[in-house]
Amino acid sequence: MNLDLRLWEHPILDFERGKLVYINLNGKKIKAYDGETVIAALYASGIKAYSKSAKYGRPRGFFCGIGKCSSCLMRVNGIPHTRICVTPVENGTKIEYEKGRGEPPAETEVEVEREKVDTDLVVVGGGPAGLSAAITAVSLGVDAFIIDENPKPGGQLIKQTHKFFGSKSTYAGVRGIEIAKILLKELRKASLKCLLSASVIGRYEGKKHLLAAVQNNRKLIELSADKIIVAPGARENMLLFPNNDLPGIYGAGGVQTLMNVDGVKPGNDALIVGAGNVGLIVGYQLIQAGVNVKMVIEAKGKIGGYLVHASKLRRLGVPILTRHTIKEAEGKSHVEGATFVELDEEWQPIEGTEEDVNVDLICLAVGLTPSSELLFQAGCKQAYVPELGGQVAIHNEDLETTVNAIYIAGDASGIEEANTAMMEGRITGANVAIECGKDRVKAEKIREESFKSLEALRASPFSKGVLKGKKKIWQLWRESE
Amino acid sequence: MNHKTTGVLTLERLEKMLTPRERLEKGPVAVIECIEKIPCDPCVHICKFGAIKKKSLVDPPEVDYEKCTGCGECVAICPGLAIFVVNLNYKNREAMIMMPYELLPTPKKGEIYEALDREGKQVGEARIVTTKMKKDRTAVVVIAVKKSLAMIVRNIGKRLK
Repeated sequence: MNLDLRLWEHPILDFERGKLVYINLNGKKIKAYDGETVIAALYASGIKAYSKSAKYGRPRGFFCGIGKCSSCLMRVNGIPHTRICVTPVENGTKIEYEKGRGEPPAETEVEVEREKVDTDLVVVGGGPAGLSAAITAVSLGVDAFIIDENPKPGGQLIKQTHKFFGSKSTYAGVRGIEIAKILLKELRKASLKCLLSASVIGRYEGKKHLLAAVQNNRKLIELSADKIIVAPGARENMLLFPNNDLPGIYGAGGVQTLMNVDGVKPGNDALIVGAGNVGLIVGYQLIQAGVNVKMVIEAKGKIGGYLVHASKLRRLGVPILTRHTIKEAEGKSHVEGATFVELDEEWQPIEGTEEDVNVDLICLAVGLTPSSELLFQAGCKQAYVPELGGQVAIHNEDLETTVNAIYIAGDASGIEEANTAMMEGRITGANVAIECGKDRVKAEKIREESFKSLEALRASPFSKGVLKGKKKIWQLWRESE
Repeated sequence: MNHKTTGVLTLERLEKMLTPRERLEKGPVAVIECIEKIPCDPCVHICKFGAIKKKSLVDPPEVDYEKCTGCGECVAICPGLAIFVVNLNYKNREAMIMMPYELLPTPKKGEIYEALDREGKQVGEARIVTTKMKKDRTAVVVIAVKKSLAMIVRNIGKRLK
């Protein structure tokens, strides 16, 4: 029997798969399900290396799983450098390993289509922030398009099996996957126009803002809009240690996508690096998917995430070691183990405390960095604010950037979580409606309520750092005027 | 060593905040093991009896033990899986614990499981009294354990029988 790492049973999720198809990897037939990602199809068949490093020919697997890094590029249907984590398969999809730096496509292989769109508002990113922004704007009468790189909208909500914290207005107590469904239902109700599998490649000057996007790697879309809300989210951080590029070492969120969206078991024995909420939540979800989580290690002197998340793992017998970090990973073509070490008060490894653990999966949950690329290209002034996760476009309380009519929302404006992202999205949606001359009274009400909600959510001591960072960036905006 | 380094509430800390023994002996009551200031309030909204209050969105919940009936609606909704219902008045030698459970296989009435403490260590046996599957697929599992384990057992492990 052929290897199949797909999950067919899960305590929370039902995986709806398309019909059985066959894809082609360098001439080899591989079983797949219509509509699943290339990564899902290959990984489920046990294929975990997709490219080789240019200089040393080291095998490389995926890392982020959501189209943010360049770890999983392959040639798909003749198109080089395709991000296979966000590319769905169909019967006959032709996948090839790239040689060296890859060959350009032959003209006969790719047909380019073009489309032009003219609208009031383009929202870049269909996660909790972008969806909330677009839904709010459209409900107030704004003509809007939403554009997202992934085949499915919902951002990272679609892989969150846990029930959310937050307040009633942000669906607290509801699982992330269900919140995504609620938002998508509102999106359909609002007849919001959605461009999926489409990446914005740049913003250009025109009579209005002009955005160029590429859909399905073959269609060029020019979007003219009066207003832009940029809500592309964030990308996961890498950690430096020897052999950190081995297949089997992934971003924790990438593992979550593979496991909870595509329904593929990522490994058998896991080590989690980082005890923030992401690491703790992913650890728990790995257990739900039948993975043995050996331990969580955290370099800081204390667990960064919520105690309740940590307690869930501890009750399942998973140790959490603070002041410990990964020293190196072992393995040749795939990770086979890791050495971890205790750190002293100065964050230095304590000699003689090294221990080995046999794992075939290492999840890095060591923070996120705002996705600022488009904002940077668009000319929005940036600042490095560590409390917000790195380089962020300078913005004010109303989430206006330094470029006229370009707004920012969600993790791109500073790493927080889905509740605050939804509130920021609503604020930008309402602001755009006001500026487009729509129902001012109704928009002001949404804006005020969302501000209040944000304040309540950020009253937690866990938000202290973010609030400090936000105050810095708001001040920078005032100074830039 | 405290919960910020271990992920487990210490007994000293628990004793300060936990449901008074007299109330536990009267019958089922919510035991909320949530002490941090986090923005969350579904337990407040789900309670039909108005027995759970929070001073603000981020303050930890407080239970009004007179109003709480131990119905367990909060057990199923808590995103932190941090609420249990404990009944010391269940049987002569046994206490009842109601807990949320989100793993497979779903425990069934009459089965015997390992009874685990807050660190996942086996401390005894748990008999499944009932399992109620909620619409959002949280299983609310009621177990019976030795009375002395009522405030120690917080999970079930492998199935024994």
